Amino acid sequence: MSDTNRTVAPRPGDEVAIELSDVHKWYGEFHVLKGINLSVARGERIVICGPSGSGKSTLIRCINRLEEHQRGKIVVDGVELTNNLKNIDAVRRDVGMVFQHFNLFPHLTVLENCTLAPIWVRKMPKAQAEEIAMKYLKRVRIPDQANKYPGQLSGGQQQRVAIARSLCMSPKVMLFDEPTSALDPEMIKEVLDVMIGLANEGMTMICVTHEMGFARTVANRVIFMDRGEIVEQNEPLEFFNNPQSERTKLFLSQILAH
Amino acid sequence: MADNLSIQGHATVSDSPSPAEMVKPPALALGPLGWVRANLFNNWFNSILTILILWLAYKVIPPLLDWLVFNSVLPGEGVTNQTCRASGGACWAFIHEKYRLILFGLYPYEEQWRPILVVLLIIGLLGLSCNRNFWRPWLLGVWAAGGIVVATLMWGGILGLPFVPNTLWGGLPLTLILSVVGLVVAFPLSIMLALGRRSDLPIVKSLCVTYIELIRGVPLITVLFMASVMFPLFLPTGVTIDKLLRAQIGLILFASAYLAEVIRGGLQAIPKGQYEAADSLGLSYWQKTGKIILPQALSITIPPLVNTFIGFFKDTSLVIIIGLFDLMSASKAALTDPAWRGFYKESYMFVAFIYFIFCFFMSKYSQWLEVQLHRGHKR
Ligand SMILES: Nc1ncnc2c1ncn2[C@@H]1O[C@H](COP(=O)(O)OP(=O)(O)O)[C@@H](O)[C@H]1O
Ligand SMILES: [Mg+2]
Repeated sequence: MSDTNRTVAPRPGDEVAIELSDVHKWYGEFHVLKGINLSVARGERIVICGPSGSGKSTLIRCINRLEEHQRGKIVVDGVELTNNLKNIDAVRRDVGMVFQHFNLFPHLTVLENCTLAPIWVRKMPKAQAEEIAMKYLKRVRIPDQANKYPGQLSGGQQQRVAIARSLCMSPKVMLFDEPTSALDPEMIKEVLDVMIGLANEGMTMICVTHEMGFARTVANRVIFMDRGEIVEQNEPLEFFNNPQSERTKLFLSQILAH
Repeated sequence: MADNLSIQGHATVSDSPSPAEMVKPPALALGPLGWVRANLFNNWFNSILTILILWLAYKVIPPLLDWLVFNSVLPGEGVTNQTCRASGGACWAFIHEKYRLILFGLYPYEEQWRPILVVLLIIGLLGLSCNRNFWRPWLLGVWAAGGIVVATLMWGGILGLPFVPNTLWGGLPLTLILSVVGLVVAFPLSIMLALGRRSDLPIVKSLCVTYIELIRGVPLITVLFMASVMFPLFLPTGVTIDKLLRAQIGLILFASAYLAEVIRGGLQAIPKGQYEAADSLGLSYWQKTGKIILPQALSITIPPLVNTFIGFFKDTSLVIIIGLFDLMSASKAALTDPAWRGFYKESYMFVAFIYFIFCFFMSKYSQWLEVQLHRGHKR
């Protein structure tokens, strides 16, 4: 613990955290996900990128059942997502999600935002929940804001609270849906730093983002999605230096150009 | 030493403030005449309006004051209805003569301390519930206990209190009981209806929609008539529900449909992200609804909710048509005394004043609560 030089990230084990096989989803007639196959190992950090509307959000929202898939199989930590409400609850308890627009509860203080789910879902005593919440608020470096309301914080601070709120449920997997794209440029780093910290601690993460610097330093694997399909996936170095498909090349040239 | 130096340095700087810091907005020293010119006579249209309003006020206010105050007859020694008829001013002596009848209806005269206590108790309970720090589960217990005390006082029949059938209840306590019981029962019912209307379960949804649309589609008078005339038709012969309860049920049915639509408006204003955040944390439907959605929906619907409350409080006066003696009907009854016939202006003003006080406090409280609930978390 005291060894500050310990920079080696935990190696993803062979144990499977999330398994998607041939997942399809339609919105009405519109085929959003066209047979997604994806296996995420415990401790693995995955970055998903791709053009807007390609189905990235839909994909990760299927993993905690904010969206329902209509064909194929999704297994999270050994629990298959079906219409069985018990399974859905079990998965949601273990999967944290961070949204583009934070979605904090504006009528609750920062501390209450963090303790609500542990108290009501995990049935944790209030004092213990608050202790844990303070621990995570320190981790995201805003313990002094605990008694403020979300509306009194900056965007970057709100997103860090949202991360702390998820962590308070001790999730096994964290999903991030463009966590920095609603932020002003000067606030992006403070949020990415927190996410990098999480990655270094071995959290299993799936992150939809266009922060390519983050992808390079943190990801084990970068996935490129287009029109509801996984077009290409590779480890970051290979992915950026040696993209295989034309669509990936085009996307990367557009995103790195600006 | 260093402290001294820095203080001196600071003083030197503030001795010569830069001109830019000195600039202040020019003082608006208008004076009374200037104010009148700027606000009342700043163009020809406003000047005409001002003169017109002054003329109207001159025409209306002096006669009104004459009637209300200068020519009015106050209660006193030897003041009778004859004094009033002779004066041409307001007959406050009439109110003095009849206020017990107006306030308490036909409730036995020597037992009227009981409805007085009931009114005070209900006002006390309402006052207590205004404090947000008391919004705890025990408040429900206090209300339940209060309800039992109110029922005991009004009916009596135990603890040495003579029994008073509810056909003799009337006036302000009846109005308060009908309104408060009505809202206390209708409010949770309306939340269920509003949630049901947004439910994914088709049967629940269509039941709620049908109920709300049916009740909202007919006037309150019709609902009250149906409750009083048609309700008994559905009951097995021999079973009767008393008139007061039937009116109360009618009022609850009506209020719940209206409140449900107000609350549904609030529910619709809650962004989808709030539901998703609650879902992703694993909260159950009822936890999500009770902890996240409803608190926000209710707090943004305070103005229309209170608007509906106020309307409902006044609408209870319609029970007159099925023969209950609420505040409004009792004031009419006071006018049937041949000796005091014709003083309806005074009678209605008195009743209007009582209604106004209650409604005014509801309105003020809602404004205060709105500020309280929104303090700190403006988006
Ligand atoms: N609730 C919905 N109903 C209908 N179409 C939707 C819905 N949500 C998303 N879509 C469509 O599905 C496609 C994929 O959306 P999304 O997963 O949000 O893409 P991304 O996150 O990659 O930008 C888009 O074309 C979008 O318009
Ligand atoms: Mg998206």
